[in-house]
Amino acid sequence: MIEVRSLRKVYTMGGEDVAALAGVDLDIGRGEYVAVIGPSGSGKSTLMNILGGLDRPTSGAYRFEGEEVGGFLDDELADFRRRRIGFVFQSFQLLPRLTALQNVELPMIYGGMAPGERRARAAELLERVGLGGRMGHKPTQLSGGQQQRVAIARSLANRPDLLLADEPTGALDSHTGEEVLKLFHQLNDEGLTLMVVTHDPDVAAEAHRRVAFRDGLIVSDDRRVPA
Amino acid sequence: MRFFELIRFALGAIIAHPMRSILTSLGVVIGVAAVVMMTSIGLGAQQRVTSAIAGLGSNLVIVSPNFQRGPVSQGAGGGFSLRDGDVEAIAKQVENVAAVAPVVRGQVQLAAEGANWNTRIEGVTPDYLTARDLTIAGGRMFDEREARQGRKVLVVGPTVARELFGEDDPVGKRVRVRTVPFEIIGVLETKGQSGFGQDQDDLVLGPLSAVRSRIVGRRMRPDAVQTIYVKSTSADTLDRVQEDVINALREQHRIRPGDDDDFSTQNMASILQASQAAVATFTVLLAAVAAVSLVVGGVGIMNIMLVAVTERTREIGLRMAVGARRSDVLIQFAMESVALSLVGGIIGLTIGVAGAFGIAKLGNWPAAVPAWAGPLALGFSMMVGLVFGAYPSWRAARLDPIEALRRE
Repeated sequence: MIEVRSLRKVYTMGGEDVAALAGVDLDIGRGEYVAVIGPSGSGKSTLMNILGGLDRPTSGAYRFEGEEVGGFLDDELADFRRRRIGFVFQSFQLLPRLTALQNVELPMIYGGMAPGERRARAAELLERVGLGGRMGHKPTQLSGGQQQRVAIARSLANRPDLLLADEPTGALDSHTGEEVLKLFHQLNDEGLTLMVVTHDPDVAAEAHRRVAFRDGLIVSDDRRVPA
Repeated sequence: MRFFELIRFALGAIIAHPMRSILTSLGVVIGVAAVVMMTSIGLGAQQRVTSAIAGLGSNLVIVSPNFQRGPVSQGAGGGFSLRDGDVEAIAKQVENVAAVAPVVRGQVQLAAEGANWNTRIEGVTPDYLTARDLTIAGGRMFDEREARQGRKVLVVGPTVARELFGEDDPVGKRVRVRTVPFEIIGVLETKGQSGFGQDQDDLVLGPLSAVRSRIVGRRMRPDAVQTIYVKSTSADTLDRVQEDVINALREQHRIRPGDDDDFSTQNMASILQASQAAVATFTVLLAAVAAVSLVVGGVGIMNIMLVAVTERTREIGLRMAVGARRSDVLIQFAMESVALSLVGGIIGLTIGVAGAFGIAKLGNWPAAVPAWAGPLALGFSMMVGLVFGAYPSWRAARLDPIEALRRE
């Protein structure tokens, strides 16, 4: 599904070029569950941003289902994110003014789905992450774990091909973190491709494949048959 | 479809901070209210001037002596360069004339049955009624013969009649003008206040020769007149009549070609035009000053929109991450700014219209709210929202989603 070839991303900082990605090759197949690990500044977040269509590579190829995403224009990238990608962030990134239901509806609004249809789907998704009774709550009325589950429901709204999670448990205690990971497993079992960027070895251990980064390069790529 | 959703986002943001939204649009409220009020007042002034000038009589050429001529003062009253002969010359030589009415004026004290009243007296001929669009309400106007003979009769304005005789019919009553006894033979129809605030009913009309010789003429030549009103048969002939009057008078006064007139003529239509133009300029000026506050209001909106973009950077990043195009963000923020301004415009329009009517009521000023005030005010406030929302919206749309999501 994903083909990355000699991907480079260079930032200019204080007149000096810093390569966040220094030539990365990576293939991810449909239905994989990949953890990306490595110290801060190793380039794993940059990779996630490029794979998610939030950023463009400096050079190299990024093909998604055969499409050359690296050369997309702004609007094409926006449409790519909307149709193909679901994001889960460490800090949830829910809009505080909106209810849980409205937050989940948001991606579908940009997709142009009719109000009745998207409301029904948002409700179904919240039901699915176990928040059927909390649809009208604002983010501030929800616990961290609940907020992250709303965010996961939102990421699934437009039936993405790839779910990208950046330290999804980083702001949660271990118990609620486990709930989120359990949800990820369920989603992966249903065929969703997942990529989780994390520091946490326990989180990484959940994945079927661990890709380790250091200084903008992949240093190990370790596959494990699911237990 | 998507556009309406973006408007919904915009309205949601406005409703989320009601107090802030109201304060933000306050500048536009004041600006629009000021523009509406100022144009209404200006338009009222225009109508008032028009009616004031129309009240002088329509299709008139007014001939007055030109006092500026000659370096030496010719003695009291000597400056009156118009004579009875001029009136006759105009009547004989100028075509398309409905009435030629010479006038002498004075201020006099009237006394009758123990009541006193100080008023304006005009020595006129019967044509004066036609020239000034006056009508007789009771009794009659003196005729040509009486005017010529200098009969001591008067036609009084309603104010004079009321002040001297109360509710009694003044016709047939005798009144002393200074020391000269006159008989009242008629009462004028009321004309009310003139646009210039003068009571047009506070005057008496007497035969030209009688008034001139006995009341005001002591200081002037026996055939002098102060003003000649020439009424044309229609508005189309007015300019022609004015030209012909000038030519007739130059000939009568033996003014050589190239020399200046010793009289001046004013054409009602051009007076009307000139004063309307003056008032219109004044109105535009007022509205322009008011429009400045509209611009200030726009700057206020821009300021708050920039704050909103900064505050909601993370929201913008998130919207982009879930698939919003830059244009979606741009439209959302532009609509927020337009909505803020439009709400201000609607409130301002309401206040402006109410204010205009309030001024009309309290100030006895015929403030007229023009029909186009509504659409114009709303159109302008929308434009202010668009113009001043453009930069903040553009800033929002240009944000880098990664940076935006990272912002605390």
